[in-house]
Amino acid sequence: MSAAPAIAARPVARETGNAVPVTVVCLCILLAWYLAAIPMNWVITGPKIEAAGGGLSNILSFSWNDARPVIPAPHQIAQELWKSVFTVAPWSVKSLLYHGWITLSSTLLGFVLGSLLGIALAIAIVHVKFLAKSLMPWIIASQTIPILAIAPMVIVVLGSIGFTGLVPKSLISMYLCFFPVTIGMVKGLTSPETTQLDLMRTYHASTSQVLWKLRFPASVPFLFTSLKVAVAIALTGAIVGELPTGAIAGIGARLLQGSYYGQTVQIWAALFMGSFLAAALVWLVSVAERFTLRRMGEKP
Amino acid sequence: MTRLRFTDILYPAVFGLGVLILWQLIVKGFGVPAVLLPAPSDIWTKLNASLPILWVDFVQTVIRAVIPGWFIGSLAGFLAALLCDRIPFLKRGLLPLGNLVAALPIVGVAPILVMWFGFDWPSKAAMVVVMTFFPMLVNAVAGLQASGHLERDLMRSYGASWWQTLVKLRLPAAMPFIFNALKINSTLAMIGAIVAEFFGTPIVGMGFRISTEVGRLGLDMVWAEIAVAAITGSAFYGLLVFLERRVTFWHPSYRK
Repeated sequence: MSAAPAIAARPVARETGNAVPVTVVCLCILLAWYLAAIPMNWVITGPKIEAAGGGLSNILSFSWNDARPVIPAPHQIAQELWKSVFTVAPWSVKSLLYHGWITLSSTLLGFVLGSLLGIALAIAIVHVKFLAKSLMPWIIASQTIPILAIAPMVIVVLGSIGFTGLVPKSLISMYLCFFPVTIGMVKGLTSPETTQLDLMRTYHASTSQVLWKLRFPASVPFLFTSLKVAVAIALTGAIVGELPTGAIAGIGARLLQGSYYGQTVQIWAALFMGSFLAAALVWLVSVAERFTLRRMGEKP
Repeated sequence: MTRLRFTDILYPAVFGLGVLILWQLIVKGFGVPAVLLPAPSDIWTKLNASLPILWVDFVQTVIRAVIPGWFIGSLAGFLAALLCDRIPFLKRGLLPLGNLVAALPIVGVAPILVMWFGFDWPSKAAMVVVMTFFPMLVNAVAGLQASGHLERDLMRSYGASWWQTLVKLRLPAAMPFIFNALKINSTLAMIGAIVAEFFGTPIVGMGFRISTEVGRLGLDMVWAEIAVAAITGSAFYGLLVFLERRVTFWHPSYRK
């Protein structure tokens, strides 16, 4: 699905000096958000404002502080995040850290399993000609199926044969993230030039020696680019995997509970928590990438 | 990728058929209960028997939500990319954000959109718009930069205006990127529409059918829906690949 082209589209080197434009755009979004909150919340806050006698100060205070708004103001989300992260014990069900950890653990397990599967598949595809022809189209086709749609069934079926909790969710993450890794690694493992492969042959290197000493090192940059995509969709997979489990725990369960009970602020807070997790995971992979590539001798 | 050879179709077909036969044999041979994994033959029977329901779900999810949402989202992303191209400040501000958003679990917006746009198809279409916007933005901006300096200088020496340069040089050069985004979006759109249906829907739609049939353990129906989704997704993707070959026939990856 999104993986292979996204890899190509992602800019490799970040332009310097983007801080100012990014800040300006962010501020514009914040401003637009606050302004939009007034008309969008009018359905709920309108009568209250009328009752309080109207006026600009009433409009602002009611529109931006309603308990169940159509769209909460950013500071409400920040308050909710603060409240559910720092003021309650991390192991209580009210804590977003607890729910975040549940999601994170299945994400990580799925990510590790999926990456290993992806690498194994790529190695097999590169070395076995028949697999390259027969398996590759199916790997691509497997991702045109909206796999997230099957998530509830996978969860329920695995639950009925005794797998509950972490494993089914991570299997969904795994299914989602093996694909970008396979595609990236096939590209990476076949990236050595013919001359380099020929040189290996003149050394009389065995297939495994060629793999470990030439193909694998050559594929590392591709691997990390894929891993960044994979870790992000592993998180998405884990969140969606939590939706059908009856809303017990995790970011996805938090979203579902919020939508059942109309707790808008809770939904937004869970959404931001998920986004922070995603950003942190991608950041961690890029740190590992920079470290590894530097150790491999890449010039910054 | 030159012309399709016979073996290019034969190998995957044999492989796929083998998987289906193996699936059938294992399910029937070991007596796997149908609540765990129905056999392909049972799914086929169910698929044929419930064509009207499948068609109604297809209309609700694909015709009403996926296709309009995909079109609007991709178009909006493309227009935003054009805007970014004209205003470099906006590009430097919006593009890092776009890259960030591409990594976020956007499906989480689904409950909010359902709350805003109601249970019926508009909320699903909105979900698809949100999901397809950023991939198109990021890809189209990259595509608009794809034409080389030499070509652009040539256009300038012809005295071509920004619009002429855009239409005659930069858009054609951006087409591979745009088609990439359209292909990414075709799968994202299916996911977005179906997942949004988990958060509330009228009693029709593929996501609704999947979640209720799972609850009733009617797994043959679930698999029938999955088959429809898979065929739709692959057909959508295949159509885009076909169009891409027609439009970007000049690209090195399609030359002999």
